[in-house]
Amino acid sequence: MSARIAFADVVVGTELPAASYPIDRLTLVKYAGASGDFNTIHWNERIAVEVGLPNVIAHGMLTMAEAVRIVTDWAGDPGSVVEYGVRFTRPVVVPNDDSGVTLEVTAKVTELLEGNRVKIAITAKFDEQTVLGRAQAVVQLS
Amino acid sequence: MALNPAFIGRTYPAGPSYLVGREKIREFARAVGDDNPAYHDPAAARALGHPDVIAPPTFAIVLSLEAANAALFDPELGLDYSRVVHGEQSFSYTRPIVAGDELIVTTVIENIRSMAGNDMITTKGTITTVAGESVAVATSMLVSRGEDA
Repeated sequence: MSARIAFADVVVGTELPAASYPIDRLTLVKYAGASGDFNTIHWNERIAVEVGLPNVIAHGMLTMAEAVRIVTDWAGDPGSVVEYGVRFTRPVVVPNDDSGVTLEVTAKVTELLEGNRVKIAITAKFDEQTVLGRAQAVVQLS
Repeated sequence: MALNPAFIGRTYPAGPSYLVGREKIREFARAVGDDNPAYHDPAAARALGHPDVIAPPTFAIVLSLEAANAALFDPELGLDYSRVVHGEQSFSYTRPIVAGDELIVTTVIENIRSMAGNDMITTKGTITTVAGESVAVATSMLVSRGEDA
């Protein structure tokens, strides 16, 4: 592994470059196919409404995958992510339109760990509300 | 409808192995909109010290959830999959998943509990190569939303 970021260049509070990622219905179809997660609430509006959701919602795992890009793009080598965890606190509701929604992601270093590792807290927002809770990654820096 | 708590601690042995394909990694990365060269270009991945393209950090869910389905779709567990949403997910990696890996997943049901009319089930999938090399652990908590929740 060869992260492009050196441990020596990072302090608690270092902010990663903010990023935004689009999600629309096509994204959900592609993710369903690529991941094998065909849960109907991610593509069938009728079923989603029947089970009490406002509309089709994004796969939590899609949101999780997009949110960590802020870390992998920063570190350079995605293989330097050694831990990553989130809670799915709010669904990302994806309307049936041409524009979809946007996930706004920020992140900062919260802890320096042994062995040149750092802990990073990630904030992912949709519609100005946080959708992931306790989203954290541990990254092996060089 | 409460989940059957007798399932706590149950272990599901690994099923057939999963051969990680380069194109599958690329497909997954494209689906999440990620053009990081380490996922797409073997030469770029090698330049970072990996033997071939590596999988994005959340790719392990493809294997771990499939393996967990053996438990989740057991009728005796009582899970209504149409009411399931993902509550929590974490991964820890010994090393990244690489194209060419032949992996197996052993699943254990770590916990089942009820809160505010919802049922929560936690599964832990331990991912190794068929040769026994440790690769990753994927822990998933799924919520079955109650009728009135």
